[in-house]
Amino acid sequence: MSFISYLIKGISLGSVYSIIALGYTMVYGIAKMLNFAHGDVIMVGGYVIFTVMSMIGLNPFVAVLLSIILCTLLGITIERVAYKPLRSASSLAVLITAIGVSYLLQNLALLIFGADTKSFTSIIAVPALKLADGRLTISGETLVTIPLCILIMVLLTVFVKRSKTGRSMQAVSEDKAAAVLMGINVNKTIAITFAIGSSLAAVASVLMFSAYPSLTSTSGSMPGIKAFVAAVFGGIGSIPGAMLGGILLGVIEILGRAYISSQLADAIVFLILIIVLLVKPTGILGKKIQEKV
Amino acid sequence: MKKLKKVVSLLVVTSMAVASLAACGTKASSGGDKFFIGGIGPVTGGAAIYGQSVKNAAELAVQEINDAGGINGVKIEFAFEDDEADGEKAVNAYNTLKDKGMKILMGTVTSGACASVIDKTKSDNMFQLTPSASSKDVLALGNVFQVCFSDPNQGIASADYIGSKGVASKVAVIYDSSDIYSSGIYEKFKAEAAGQNFEIVAAEAFTADSKTDFSVQLQKAKDAGAELVFLPIYYNEAALILTQAAALDYKPIFFGCDGLDGILTVENFDTTLAEGVMLLTPFAADATDEKTAAFVKAYKEKYSDTPNQFAADAYDAIYIIKAAIEKSGAKPSMSVSELGDALRGAMTQITVDGLTGAGMTWSETGEVNKAPRAVVIKDGSYVSAE
Repeated sequence: MSFISYLIKGISLGSVYSIIALGYTMVYGIAKMLNFAHGDVIMVGGYVIFTVMSMIGLNPFVAVLLSIILCTLLGITIERVAYKPLRSASSLAVLITAIGVSYLLQNLALLIFGADTKSFTSIIAVPALKLADGRLTISGETLVTIPLCILIMVLLTVFVKRSKTGRSMQAVSEDKAAAVLMGINVNKTIAITFAIGSSLAAVASVLMFSAYPSLTSTSGSMPGIKAFVAAVFGGIGSIPGAMLGGILLGVIEILGRAYISSQLADAIVFLILIIVLLVKPTGILGKKIQEKV
Repeated sequence: MKKLKKVVSLLVVTSMAVASLAACGTKASSGGDKFFIGGIGPVTGGAAIYGQSVKNAAELAVQEINDAGGINGVKIEFAFEDDEADGEKAVNAYNTLKDKGMKILMGTVTSGACASVIDKTKSDNMFQLTPSASSKDVLALGNVFQVCFSDPNQGIASADYIGSKGVASKVAVIYDSSDIYSSGIYEKFKAEAAGQNFEIVAAEAFTADSKTDFSVQLQKAKDAGAELVFLPIYYNEAALILTQAAALDYKPIFFGCDGLDGILTVENFDTTLAEGVMLLTPFAADATDEKTAAFVKAYKEKYSDTPNQFAADAYDAIYIIKAAIEKSGAKPSMSVSELGDALRGAMTQITVDGLTGAGMTWSETGEVNKAPRAVVIKDGSYVSAE
């Protein structure tokens, strides 16, 4: 019974990783850059909800909505200010800028909200499900997280495959120069990608901080790194890959902590990443793209 | 020109001679008929609350002793210097106090500053008793005695308390393996638990990188049937653990050390979850024993403030020095070094009943040995667990 309980916890944690990983994978797939500040957008989303609910005292739905809007705006602003001017620069320069943005956000949050940990109030009001005479408890957060994650993945896949904007994203992803020649506004497409990625970060922050209600200025960095690992694990650039990578990572982490060692859980996660990349460098669902000469 | 130089140098020499004579004069007057105890701690800066409490309580204890006729008829003189919890400033404060005639040091308050002073007290062979520096570092030179438990010894004290009071028979531990405070306490707890009448059924770790999800650790503790979960960690993580345990419908006794002190102040934390949490802290201001009640009353009257554990430590420290002086038969006319030898010899022989523990004794290394005291959180405040 406890195995099932751990498995469900792993899928739940993995679903949060998946939603964050979707943000990484979309931006990488389309803009070909690693947005290391993505994890910190989650932290900002958490603080927005915390401030709106605890300090101003508004309704949770308003808080979530505000958080999604603000994170989306933040994502677009970051892209416009820090990444767009570097579009023709080397990928290393963009990577360093992204790390800079990440630290900037963390330190700003530290300055505004202080170093003490804020305790987040769960805004998911779904009661926990008790099965098998109370031996198996599935929390309300888990009951919301898993279906929501699947829903987001399906919507995103349909959006990218079917809609006009989605198709222009695919075009930019495949060949930026050719896309320009076809009359696609590359800058607008990339900005939309960032907007979607950041709004997903806001959704992830709701789920993550409801399940693990501890909010500090560095709350986003470790989940951010794990989600990045999940994106690479599943095959970066692939939407189902991010989903699969995230869930596998969550399950491995929880089962490793439960059955191998609570101390080694993180080491096991990263060891498996190394092994997977050695065997299949493009990740589980990653496509092997042949460079045409 | 040459003449002027001569005059100036003569003036300098005379003034120095006068100054040294003057210094001798003050030393003689304060050293002869009183025990001069110096105190060092932060009364300004970020840790000011600790130093202020120590200063207040020490002055209260000195006043009480002097009003009752002093130690063997000899009064105590007490002076306190600020160190802002900084090592360099602590050394300056020490030198200032020595110039004033200090012969016994009660300090310093914080571990870091204390570790910078131990070199000085070692070379001067000055007796040093720290009320609240809990780090092992301050014991490195073997010349310092502590009033509070050293960090890892809280693990021993916790195991003793749980075992001797029969609080639980199956115990789980959740600790931070990336933090020396937490893992140090856990190691000692584990070693001590071997000889106690309870069993550690689960020992689960977490690290600084993964300190938000404790559901697995709690589930394992629950599955192992632990009636008590020992949390040698800081209060932020403990608040999360309490929240997640409630979500799992798991209601063991939670037991922690001084790192848990502060759990009631976590923003947005549902403090009703902390009801029944036990923590090992040497002092609870609302304890009802006669000694504590009298101290709290006197402290409140004098400073209109409720004393904390630092105040209690300092109050005990002055009485410990008194006991050591009485035991050794030390005289105020003895030199710093003679007093140091006499009091250090006496420390390992005395037993003191204080606010922070009954039957306190000391080992050669300077660590205190006392019966641990626990408080339990009831209606949002600390109440003695006894």
